[in-house]
Amino acid sequence: MELTGAEILVRCLKDEGVKYVFGYPGGAVLHIYDALYKQDDVQHILVRHEQGAAHAADGYARSTGKPGVVLVTSGPGATNAVTGIATAYMDSIPLVIITGQVATPAIGSDAFQEVDSVGITRPCVKHNFLVKDVKDLATTIKKAFYIATTGRPGPVVVDVPKDVTAHKTDYAYPKSVALRSYKPVVEGHPGQIKKAVEIILAAKRPMIYSGGGVILGEASESLTEFTRLLGYPITNTLMGLGAYPATDKQFIGMLGMHGTYEANMAMHDCDALIAIGARFDDRVVGKVELFSPGSKKIHIDIDPASISKSVRVDVPIVGSVGNVLKEMIKLIKTAKKRPDTAALKSWWKQIDEWRTKDCLRYDHKSKLIKPQYVLETLYKLTKGDAFITSDVGQHQMWAAQFYKFDKPRRWINSGGLGTMGFGLPSAMGVQLAHPKSTVCCVTGEASIIMCIQELSTCKQYGLPIKIINLNNRYMGMVRQWQEFFYKGRYSHSYMDALPDFVKLAESFGHVGMKIEKPADVEPALKEALKLKDRLVFMDFITDQTENVYPMIEAGKAHNQMHLSPERELA
Amino acid sequence: MRHIISILMENEAGALSRVAGLFSARGYNIESLTVAPTEDPSLSRMTLVTRGTEAVIEQITKQLNKLIDVVKLLDLTEGPHIEREMMLIKIKALGNEQREEIKRLADIFRGHIIDVTDSSYVIELTGTGEKIDGFIQALDSKTILEVVRSGVSGIARGEKSLKV
Repeated sequence: MELTGAEILVRCLKDEGVKYVFGYPGGAVLHIYDALYKQDDVQHILVRHEQGAAHAADGYARSTGKPGVVLVTSGPGATNAVTGIATAYMDSIPLVIITGQVATPAIGSDAFQEVDSVGITRPCVKHNFLVKDVKDLATTIKKAFYIATTGRPGPVVVDVPKDVTAHKTDYAYPKSVALRSYKPVVEGHPGQIKKAVEIILAAKRPMIYSGGGVILGEASESLTEFTRLLGYPITNTLMGLGAYPATDKQFIGMLGMHGTYEANMAMHDCDALIAIGARFDDRVVGKVELFSPGSKKIHIDIDPASISKSVRVDVPIVGSVGNVLKEMIKLIKTAKKRPDTAALKSWWKQIDEWRTKDCLRYDHKSKLIKPQYVLETLYKLTKGDAFITSDVGQHQMWAAQFYKFDKPRRWINSGGLGTMGFGLPSAMGVQLAHPKSTVCCVTGEASIIMCIQELSTCKQYGLPIKIINLNNRYMGMVRQWQEFFYKGRYSHSYMDALPDFVKLAESFGHVGMKIEKPADVEPALKEALKLKDRLVFMDFITDQTENVYPMIEAGKAHNQMHLSPERELA
Repeated sequence: MRHIISILMENEAGALSRVAGLFSARGYNIESLTVAPTEDPSLSRMTLVTRGTEAVIEQITKQLNKLIDVVKLLDLTEGPHIEREMMLIKIKALGNEQREEIKRLADIFRGHIIDVTDSSYVIELTGTGEKIDGFIQALDSKTILEVVRSGVSGIARGEKSLKV
């Protein structure tokens, strides 16, 4: 039977197993919205701004491992989504974004709500398509899902002109699709794996450094088995938190600019560095020339272009981290050589000594609410089992430091692009995917404002997100840098026209709370968490002067950390 | 180091802009770039000349390979290869002496005069970039009216070939 392009598009989504589409209607996509109206298989979630649609689909994808789907109109619909697309691109999150386009005869004529969506999104997508013929539509959608979810995942944009959604053709959704120009390597090279295992077993001061690739590759179990089998210390990147249980004794914390003292010192002093699904980001590495100077480096990554991009490695292994780790585990189990227990013992002794610095300690006696205390209490009350989304800045770093993630896909944040405004909409996607779970959005008063309109979406769909607003009346991370590097000239980092967040939340139909004393933190959180079916906006008035420690200045080495003032004196 | 990278890519709208965009976004330089369909109309062959350290060239080839439309690529400068560029040059040619001189020079460089008026020649010249530079330098710069260069095309010597 012949279907219109719009009907085909919706059928494709259904046949792809898509449950939710996050979107916003407009002229160019009206046929598609009409097709959505006439069916019940694919549920559309109406956001209040297209950026929110992309972040919500992103949160859905990060917390489930399934691709997120976005539907927006042409022109401003597409450009509003770009920040969300770039956010997903930087963190390798699988999204399929369908953008409406003006009718094919009007393309290039500066028509109403026309932009070159393929051109605009090209640098921040894994791939994009413009569908010019309805006959190509189903195959293109299949290709989009295939490209988005395989290899190193990423967002794929499909631009669909309005006339294509009206034209008719026979519908058949391809079961699979093969591209001669796209064949990701998933099996690691056996020779390279063997070489790597030799280095791993010969190490005296080994260090495992794993990233978001482990979560994307569903390889947490293999990583845990690998790490426990060896007894080696492990650090996770910001994107990798939860890939290895944070409460395990072999876990020595996050690394990088705001990583723990022990993780950064161990990175600097190790003699074998095993990088797994991590990309040597500048916030992790610091100054390349001073990075882990004495180590042999092994790098497992599915993306060949990630290897030796900034830091040269000795043994690159291209493949999916899960497959490569399984092969390594086999080799390690059957190898005659065993890890050097004496060397390992003295290495752990050194690490434990670094641990005694207690680098995350903060002032528990303060009369002001310390943001770290809020997060510690949240961790305690949720027993470490909540989904935590975050915005970008100090609160993000504190959440990463103080909420101990034992499971993958629980920590949802914009690591690569650092997108303020990500927290609330991404929490919507997470909550929809996990309706019975506690979903908290850890944010700050500057970030939350950037996508505050989504409180309305939360109301419409009854999403009981708990918003933890660490309100210090500053763009905290900007203020911290201005304090450290600009002699305290707080240029435009002060928020002196803030709304009453309690009334704001209430006006959207939610529960608002304002918490001003440390003693009220725990009772308020308890009360909020009990309100299972309501969104609660908790406005914590925190210490304005609190900084994130430890800190490595940009361009410094891992062993050149600033510790909090009391610890530097110690 | 100068590298000549040959790329076989899907002959799709926008494929060229993906390559050009990659180079500008990542700050790589393009010395020249030529592209045209191959005997298989679904494929385009691109020849790209760039400069960079070994590490940069490694990243360039990896990033190019990462583009979904790129089917295969080969760094021609890694092995024996042939490079050719074509130039069309319009030269002022007045008076017997000057016209003879230009014709002689074109013969030496194995160029062909392909358009003649009573005051100008158009010469077609094929060769390496160096040879073409040499011809331009041999001319009196005041006589050159217009220069059009195709950019480098290249192919590996011997049986080695870049094919699907």
